Amino acid sequence: MDPQVLRKDFPIFEAHPELVFLDSAASSQKPRAVLEALTRFYATRYANVHRGGYALSEAATEAYEDARKTLARFLGARDPREVVFVRNATEGVNLLAHALGGRVDPGDTILVTEMEHHANLVPWQQLAAHTGAQLKAVPVTEEGRLDLEAFDRLLAEGPKIVAFSHMSNVLGTVNPVAELAKKARAAGAVVVVDGAQAAPHLPLNVAELGADFYVTSGHKMLGPTGASALWGRLELWQELPPFLTGGGMIEEVTLEESRFAEPPARFEAGTPPFAEAVALAEAARYLENAGREAVFAHDQALVRRALAKLKEVPGLKLLGPEGPDRGGVVSFYFPGLHAHDLATFLAERGIAVRSGHHCAQPLHRKLGAPATTRASFYLYNTEDDVDRLAEALIEARRFFDAWIA
Amino acid sequence: MGVLEDLYQEALLLRYKSPKRRGTLPDATHTSGGKNPSCGDRVELFLKVNGDRIEAARFTGEGCAVSQASADLLAEAVEGKTIPEALELVRAFKAMVVEGKPPAPALGDLQILAGVAKLPSRVKCATLAWNALESALLGER
Repeated sequence: MDPQVLRKDFPIFEAHPELVFLDSAASSQKPRAVLEALTRFYATRYANVHRGGYALSEAATEAYEDARKTLARFLGARDPREVVFVRNATEGVNLLAHALGGRVDPGDTILVTEMEHHANLVPWQQLAAHTGAQLKAVPVTEEGRLDLEAFDRLLAEGPKIVAFSHMSNVLGTVNPVAELAKKARAAGAVVVVDGAQAAPHLPLNVAELGADFYVTSGHKMLGPTGASALWGRLELWQELPPFLTGGGMIEEVTLEESRFAEPPARFEAGTPPFAEAVALAEAARYLENAGREAVFAHDQALVRRALAKLKEVPGLKLLGPEGPDRGGVVSFYFPGLHAHDLATFLAERGIAVRSGHHCAQPLHRKLGAPATTRASFYLYNTEDDVDRLAEALIEARRFFDAWIA
Repeated sequence: MGVLEDLYQEALLLRYKSPKRRGTLPDATHTSGGKNPSCGDRVELFLKVNGDRIEAARFTGEGCAVSQASADLLAEAVEGKTIPEALELVRAFKAMVVEGKPPAPALGDLQILAGVAKLPSRVKCATLAWNALESALLGER
């Protein structure tokens, strides 16, 4: 996999040749093939799905269901019916928190971790508040890994739901999902994995991971905004009530009551984002062609290079672990200098990074960093991007010398 | 000078590191807060208003140099001003950082934030405390 060649597939780098884009953890750029799939679908196959008794609607439906099959393959699902299309990862977690709500009683425990993105925290907080359950969190160690002993202790309390991220959006930590999922299921919990950061970057096989649900974010994996795949075990989908209700998700409706459709339709009320799903399938194929092992190896090589160079910047604090469980994200800060001030400096040098708490306030509080600046890598980033970041940080160290504590 | 050099001068550093009006007012008559939820900047304003005059102003909060120095400069600038004068100052400040107009002389030390106008992503940092001031003064009348 050669990022210099791949970059040519991404029109954004033609429009902005000097851009050093290090914010793929927030949202990735899109290859031409995905953009073309979207416009081609709208231009040639567009009509609402599952509705019209005419050829165009049938063609659109076929394309949508083909997209479901592609995403099923991409995720390693055994059956395409296990893939539900939602707008984004946040909607995915909210759907699950709602649909699983009936299984949670007062006094029950819902277990999350301290490294969760707010998307995999706030919906569970809300569920706990509505049901009278308790929300508990697995602590994060100083190195930025989950405290596995604490995880075991908390599991012994018999949580009904265990929700954790596959990869942290701040620390880059890749959690041992298979091990955690196996233990949590053995303890009787429903296991929800937030794969928003992992699915774009890691080889994935949800059937082997052993979780019950796996949430992804389409726009972070080269797809358009508005369509994401939410995987779940078919037998669980079949038992669960819907989240949103209305058109498209019913079998029969009278004025008094409704019978709901089988999954996945039961969970896709209203007109789904089918054009976006078709483009998302193109993104999945693009990643398969690039080679998912190769993408992750590339991310890891860039993050190793970044960690080595950034360690040489005097006074710069780096978050997250080192080792094979580290994905392509690095968050950092200079004590005494706020993350926004640093991000502005980097932006003036054409380096796009994110600053703030990255939707992970509890984690920042735990680590004692009010805000951090984050660089994240993807398949179109080069060693030169990393080097320009490192050089800019050395300059920033000089520029803000009087500011840094 | 570049846009960074324009903004990140010693005067801003001093304000950020050694603020003059950081703290609370136990006898505040007006309080108001502001947040940029996406980035975590936070400011709370405490005003002691007697009649039409702001006798004392303090702030607390956390965030970047721009948001915190702006709050400190605001608190210092509004002390002793009447409410209409303070609202006039809000207009003058926003004209400088939002619209990029040349700073009005009345802005005094606040002119050290003039460079924000050239950094659109930071305008919301600079105006955080000023929006809080506006809602404190207009909301209570």
